[in-house]
Amino acid sequence: MKVLVAVKRVVDYNVKVRVKSDGTGVDIANVKMSMNPFDEIAVEEAVRLKEKGVVTEVIAVSCGVTQCQETLRTAMAIGADRAILVETDVELQPLAVAKLLKALVDKEQPGMVIVGKQAIDDDCNQTGQMLAALAHLPQATFASKVEVVDGFASVTREVDGGLETVKVKLPAVITTDLRLNEPRYVTLPNIMKAKKKQLDVFKPADLGVDVTPRIKTLSVTEPPKRSAGIKVPDVATLVDKLKNVSKVI
Amino acid sequence: MTALVIAEHDNSSIKGATLNTITAAAQCGGEVHVLVAGTDAGGAAAAAAQIAGVAKVLHADAAHLNHGLAENLAAQVVAVASSYSHILFPATASGKNIAPRVAALMDMAQLSDVTKVISPDTFERPIYAGNAIAHVQSGDATKVLTVRTTGFDPAAASGGSAAVETVAAVADSGLSAFVGSEIAKSDRPELTAAKIIVSGGRALGSNDKFMEVLTPLADKLGAALGASRAAVDAGYAPNDWQVGQTGKIVAPNLYIACGISGAIQHLAGMKDSKVIVAINKDPEAPIFSVADYALEADLFVAVPELIKAL
Repeated sequence: MKVLVAVKRVVDYNVKVRVKSDGTGVDIANVKMSMNPFDEIAVEEAVRLKEKGVVTEVIAVSCGVTQCQETLRTAMAIGADRAILVETDVELQPLAVAKLLKALVDKEQPGMVIVGKQAIDDDCNQTGQMLAALAHLPQATFASKVEVVDGFASVTREVDGGLETVKVKLPAVITTDLRLNEPRYVTLPNIMKAKKKQLDVFKPADLGVDVTPRIKTLSVTEPPKRSAGIKVPDVATLVDKLKNVSKVI
Repeated sequence: MTALVIAEHDNSSIKGATLNTITAAAQCGGEVHVLVAGTDAGGAAAAAAQIAGVAKVLHADAAHLNHGLAENLAAQVVAVASSYSHILFPATASGKNIAPRVAALMDMAQLSDVTKVISPDTFERPIYAGNAIAHVQSGDATKVLTVRTTGFDPAAASGGSAAVETVAAVADSGLSAFVGSEIAKSDRPELTAAKIIVSGGRALGSNDKFMEVLTPLADKLGAALGASRAAVDAGYAPNDWQVGQTGKIVAPNLYIACGISGAIQHLAGMKDSKVIVAINKDPEAPIFSVADYALEADLFVAVPELIKAL
């Protein structure tokens, strides 16, 4: 069984983004870019399934600018066997990415697609579910445990108030939550090996997909600042403030 | 122009997040209808009909509509969706699971975590963990949204008298099945609906300490318990207690952060709280930059003192 994993190149988790003064977006020039953390978990899960012998080939896919090749090399250093870049400079929204992935699902016929539940830049949490809809596949989102048995995946999902387990028929789309696994550190030999692995490049037009954005961003602004309050010297003062000034208890 | 709200319910009653979503739907400018899809969900449909501002309730009932399976529920929404200008879900685990599937089936974009309705086609939503706010406009015929409940007041659960219309249930997709769930039973208020939240970080040191120190404070205040990602990752608190960008987004009247340093991802989940109290022994902790009341102290001393003083 082949597994397709989608990886997105995003502003690094540790970078505090700055809104551009002209209100057109956030400043990502000269900012450190990395693989979306949830996608790293997706790659790790796919590679672990391969190491367990459940999966035969792991294909990493990224959609976006040329530099996404670096993200794909990282995925291959973790252990993906080969990679596909769908290259475009157009701003890609989740529906467009889902359509591109659907075209690749048709082409590659994977038994499973694993993607991060959410990208930490646009915080959409949509692409996996949209891909499942377009490809008429079942979905198991926010996964914290995945087990593959006899053509089905049993997936434990993080839901409000606890956990839920669903059984989905393969092929299926799985989206990863934080605690599905802890991605391994990539080693230098694996980084070197990844450089030699196959990386194919397509354009959206090659896959017959129109990626024109549907949502227009009118402006991007700073959130209202929350100013720091006061230091209280002791618990008694704190209780007094909460009772008599803020009146919240 | 009519908006359809997909109710979150347990078949007998409507969950709170639905009420905030109804308020957002009303701001989209037209009538508000509610879809209750479930199994023996007549009680929930009747409850939905009581909600102020709801003009009509659609009720679809079938065994396979139980447990909110995305494949069946999304198909059910699409089956009734054609006449609606807006389809809204609460931005809960369930809403986030289903809304994108509905949108893609209809070839529509979807807007996540909407915090403000600016006009029927323009919305406000946070990006980059709330470090930037985007105004976005959708050109699609049907706007499919998930609504961040902290951005909207709840609609009144009573006062309405909508008609309940039974709609045909879609067929079972057969693609997925519900196996089971482990939902923690608790007398505490639900995290996202709580008026007061007591939240703990890595400084608690262990699961035992976390519970031993924070539970009495939460009990005393009738508060929900929350945690930082660091505390959850370390196993001090259950996963679904995580407050932050990728966990729960909360905005209680009072948020008491104990031993939480305040990573931006955590602040993203709680900075809309009305009053924030931070107890931390590190004077440089970033949490102090958003706290209304900062108590620089050892939480193992300060929290028991606080319990006594209340």
